[in-house]
Amino acid sequence: MTSACTTSVAPPLRATDLVVLRGMRRVVDGVSLSLRRGEWAAVVGPNGAGKSTLLSVLAGLCRPHSGSVWLHGAPMQQWTPRQRAQRLAWLSQQGEAEGEISVRDVVRIGRLPRHGLFGAITAQDEAAVEAALAETECIEYADRRLNEISGGERQRALIARALAGQSSVLLLDEPAAHLDAPHQRTLVRSLAARARAGAAVAVVMHDLTLALAADRLLVMSAGRLRADGPADDAVVRETLIETFGRAFSIERVGSGIGPRWVVLPAL
Amino acid sequence: MRSATASRRATEPGDAVIPPRGATTALRSRPAATSRRPAWRLGCALAAAAVLLGLCGLAAGSEGWSFDWAAEWDLVSSIRAPRTLGALLAGALLGLAGAVAQGLFRNPLADPYLLGSATGAGLGVVLVLSIGSLGGSAFHAAADGLAQLGLVGAAFVGALAGVCLALVLARGAARPMVLLLAGVVVGILMAALSDLLMLISPQALRGRQVFLLGTTGFLGWGETRVLAATLVLALPVAVGFARALDALVLGEQSAASLGVHLPLVRLLLVAVMALCTGAAVAQTGLVSFVGLVAPHLVRRCVTVTHGALLVLSALAGGVLLQAADVAARVVVAPQELPVGVLTAVFGGAYLLVLLRRRTPA
Repeated sequence: MTSACTTSVAPPLRATDLVVLRGMRRVVDGVSLSLRRGEWAAVVGPNGAGKSTLLSVLAGLCRPHSGSVWLHGAPMQQWTPRQRAQRLAWLSQQGEAEGEISVRDVVRIGRLPRHGLFGAITAQDEAAVEAALAETECIEYADRRLNEISGGERQRALIARALAGQSSVLLLDEPAAHLDAPHQRTLVRSLAARARAGAAVAVVMHDLTLALAADRLLVMSAGRLRADGPADDAVVRETLIETFGRAFSIERVGSGIGPRWVVLPAL
Repeated sequence: MRSATASRRATEPGDAVIPPRGATTALRSRPAATSRRPAWRLGCALAAAAVLLGLCGLAAGSEGWSFDWAAEWDLVSSIRAPRTLGALLAGALLGLAGAVAQGLFRNPLADPYLLGSATGAGLGVVLVLSIGSLGGSAFHAAADGLAQLGLVGAAFVGALAGVCLALVLARGAARPMVLLLAGVVVGILMAALSDLLMLISPQALRGRQVFLLGTTGFLGWGETRVLAATLVLALPVAVGFARALDALVLGEQSAASLGVHLPLVRLLLVAVMALCTGAAVAQTGLVSFVGLVAPHLVRRCVTVTHGALLVLSALAGGVLLQAADVAARVVVAPQELPVGVLTAVFGGAYLLVLLRRRTPA
């Protein structure tokens, strides 16, 4: 009973004082954060800032040197791999996915934590797969093989795989890579929709204008979390510009839908 | 051919358009129908080929074809039948091991002999053949033990020992790249050791040659039973873990993120691989290319996940070795070719064709 209470109150994912060492380098250096339900956060920062490492530590895929990660109020190590996978989906950067299986079967793999290695595949699993295929607009080529489609199509298939698990925490490493503008928009919309439906979403993004549309920005550089807050916060925006060596400015653009922040390269 | 079917599928009505809500039941039943049917069809075709080749195997003798089985019942039941069935089973073990290896190491060129099982088996055979001439009373006990084990047993133990040594060197199956390298190292070491032994006792050379050339000629009912038992043991385990192999398609880390306990799964599947390969090598010698080509053949025909791929690869491997066995008996009758030579020639040629097709002009 008490555990049920704590899990409902605790943030889906919380990390305290994470340090990851790679040789002598502190790739992640004292990062503390918590991801909240109903919010999608964009992790931004220059190359080598430690974004991907942070994400994989948050996903429980590598142990931090010090610090700890809490998933739904319990330390990450206390979850079995399958329990963790049911609650948390992680999408790798530059998918090393390679093989001659169909796109639909790739997305089906996303349901693995639900039915397990030996369990029966239910109608619910199949429905989730079809929904994820539709959400990322993969249905058209769902029967084609992974090695027969373009980079962008493959990326959408892998995103669909991550979405199909319907997990409460989504950690996606550069899901917008290789996507054209319409599909970037589709991606951002479905991330926002997942968050509205109660998931906690963290996404590494290099397209800063897309990232500025997020509910929250996590600005990283040199392994440290420099700023954490919405794009409307002037301090967050200023830190972002500073972090990227003043290579751009951020302007407010008002449109029919509402004011938005856009990045203007300082040429 | 494949791209033609793929594009045809993509342009089927109802596929290109995302149907609105309410059409989900249709959606749910369609993919199962379209993706499963070709696999079933291939399975049936392979099974039919196995039966047909089985009949050929019963009829193919040193004096040409003879279908008057009643007249030579002894020959058919005690020699041709176990040999034909044994070829099917040994090929199936190799096909299964090849498909497991290719999935496990995420490499379409992976081979069942990858982890040192082939040279391990060779070393086992050489040890048995040469131990007598190594002399010294200290070896007598060992020699007796090895003689009791026999060539087949020694090959089996040697194959397993090779894989175990690779696992020990790589400290388990946690890092596949290291395991592959360890397999290569073990292969080189064991080959060197066999060479050394054959220098000391040259008569082992010929025996090893004959044993490892790859031949279905030694398959009797006993051997066939062993092969069948191995397949019955290995196939369910491999198919049981097929979803882990599917997850591995996404990459090591992604599979781990999906809750797959990779070190354990890998260890189990390496064990399956070693068992299949060890049993096949011990009974039929080094039959090359069947394990490598069978999964390729299946993937060319159908787009399936590993569950079906493993079963179909086993079937395809069985059919391939059966065909090679029949061909070995009739091509230069009344002489007989070693099947290993045939599979090497045809397998190699097939891989070359594959290679040429894959490279865009």
